[in-house]
Amino acid sequence: MNASANIKAIMKRELGGYFTSPIAYVFLVIFLLLTGFFTFTVGNFFERSEASLVSFFTWHPWLYLFLVPAVGMRLWSEERRLGTLELLLTMPVTVWQAIIGKFLASWLFLALALVLTFPVVITVNWLGDPDNGVVMAGYVGSLLLAGAYLAISCMTSAMTRNQVISFILSVMICLFLILAGYTPVTDLLTRFANPVVTQTIAAFSVMTHFEAFQRGVLDTRDVIFFASVIGFALFATGVIIRNQRAG
Amino acid sequence: MIKVEHLTKAFGAKVAVNDISFDVQRGEVLGFIGPNGAGKSTTMRMVTGFIPPTSGTISVGGHDVLQDPIGAKRLIGYLPENAPGYADMTVHGFLKFCAELRGLRGDAHRRAVNRAVELCLLENVLYQTIDTLSKGYKHRTCLAQSLIHDPDVLILDEPTDGLDPNQKREVRNLIKKMGENKAIVFSTHILEEVEVVCSRVIIIDRGRIVANGTPAELKARSDTAGAVHLRAAGIPSRLILERLAQVPGALRVEILGESPAGVDARVYPDKSSSVTLTRSVAEFAAREGWQIDEIHTEEGRLDEVFRTITLPDTVKAA
Repeated sequence: MNASANIKAIMKRELGGYFTSPIAYVFLVIFLLLTGFFTFTVGNFFERSEASLVSFFTWHPWLYLFLVPAVGMRLWSEERRLGTLELLLTMPVTVWQAIIGKFLASWLFLALALVLTFPVVITVNWLGDPDNGVVMAGYVGSLLLAGAYLAISCMTSAMTRNQVISFILSVMICLFLILAGYTPVTDLLTRFANPVVTQTIAAFSVMTHFEAFQRGVLDTRDVIFFASVIGFALFATGVIIRNQRAG
Repeated sequence: MIKVEHLTKAFGAKVAVNDISFDVQRGEVLGFIGPNGAGKSTTMRMVTGFIPPTSGTISVGGHDVLQDPIGAKRLIGYLPENAPGYADMTVHGFLKFCAELRGLRGDAHRRAVNRAVELCLLENVLYQTIDTLSKGYKHRTCLAQSLIHDPDVLILDEPTDGLDPNQKREVRNLIKKMGENKAIVFSTHILEEVEVVCSRVIIIDRGRIVANGTPAELKARSDTAGAVHLRAAGIPSRLILERLAQVPGALRVEILGESPAGVDARVYPDKSSSVTLTRSVAEFAAREGWQIDEIHTEEGRLDEVFRTITLPDTVKAA
C-alpha cells in the first residue's frame, strides 16, 4: 500500500519493543555511565584543560564496539526465534520495508542515547569556550559510526537465531573495521607493507573516517563511507533473509 | 480464489512437496491432513509467500504469489504453525500493529481490532503481554491477527492445536461460519474436525496428494463403508459367522464382541455387488427368526482411510 506507512509501523513497534523490556533502560544507563567514566576519568577531561570534547568522542568507536551489537543483535534473530518472521513476511510488506523500519528504529534509539549525553556539552561550554561546530561534527560522526556498526549487527542478526552468535560476529567485524585504521596497527603494517597498501587498508577503517569528524571536518567522502557501509550491510541483510527463505 | 499448480519444494536433496496441484473456491473449506512432516506446513508457507517454491505456480485471487506477492498477501490471512507472537507486546498492541500493517487507519483500524477481539474472545487478556498468555489464548491471539482485515482467503496451520475441547469447538464453528464466504485452507491432525468443518479434504503424504475429495467420498473408500453392524441375542457366534457370509452382497463377517447381551458382528459388503446389504441382512435375520437388538449401516471411518493410505509409505520410510 504505502511504503512509508509500513516502515513507520514497523519502526514504532520495534522502538516500543526496546522500552517495554528492560533493554532500553539498562542500555541507556550503562552507555551514559561509560561515556562519563571514559571522558572524565580515563580521558583526563579536566587535566587536558582544553575546551573540546576530544576525550569524549575518542572512546566512541570502542564503546560502540560492544554496545551497538547489543542493541542490534535481537533485530532479526529474535524474530526467527519467536517465529514472528513468518508473520511479518506474510504481511503485505516487503523485506526492504521491514529491514529499513527495524534499522531506523534502532538507530533512533542510539540517537536518543547520544542526545542524552548533552550534560557533557553543557559542562564544556560552562567551563570554557569550545568550538560548538566541532562538537556538532563530532556528534554527526558518532551517529554515523553507530549507524555503520548497527547495520553490521543487523546483518549478523539475520544470519542466526542465536543472539549470542550474532553479537560475537558483529563485534568481530566491527573490531576489524576499527583495527584496520588504528594507529598502533597501521604503524605495525608500515614496517612490512608499502605505504600504499597500508593506506588502502586504513581507508576501510571507521577510525580514519571518524577522526575527521572529531577535528570538525565534515567531508563528503567520510559521510559517503559510512553511508556505503550502512547500505552494503543492509543490502546483505536482505540477501541473507531471502536466501534463508529459499531454503 | 487459490490455484496451485505443480508445486514442488526441495530443501537440498529432500523433496518436501512434490508436484502438488489443487484449487479452492470461495465458500469452500479445504482440510489438509497428513502425517507429521508430510509437507502440509511447507505447502501453506509457499501459498502465503513466506518461502518461494522450487517450481510450480500459485495464484491467490488472481495475483501470482511470485510476481505480485504484496497483492496476494493483502488477500490472505495466515495463522502460522505454533501461533507466533511478539512476546513483549500486549495482545492489544499486537493486534493494532497487525491492523496497521494491513493498511487499516483511523476508524476502520479501531473497528477491525475490536471485531477481531470479539470474534476470538480476547477481552479478558487484552492488556496482558503475549508471553504471559496460556497456549489457548496465545493461539487465539494469532488467529485474531489472521482475521483482522476480514480476508478473502484464510490459511490456518493447525488452528485448533493446543486448545481445550470447548475452545476447539468454538474455533471449528468460527471456521465453518467464515467458510461460507471465504476460501479457507486449514491443516489438522484431528480427523473428526475434518468431517465437521471441511467441504473437501486433501490427504498429503510424503509431499504428494494421495487423496482428494469430500469427507463422504473419502469415507466411502474405507473397508467398513456400507458394512452392517448388528447385535443378535441368543445366537452362537459360529452360526452367525457361517450363515451371514452366505447373505447376498456380503463379503465376510467379523465378530466384534460377545457379551451376555448378545453377539456384535460386522458384515463387510462386497463392493462389486449392487445389493443393499443392510436390507438383505435384515430380511435374512427375519426369515431365520433371529432376535436382532441393533442393526445399522456404517459410513466408513476417515481414520481408517487415512491409515490405509498413509501407513504403507510410513513403514517403507522407516
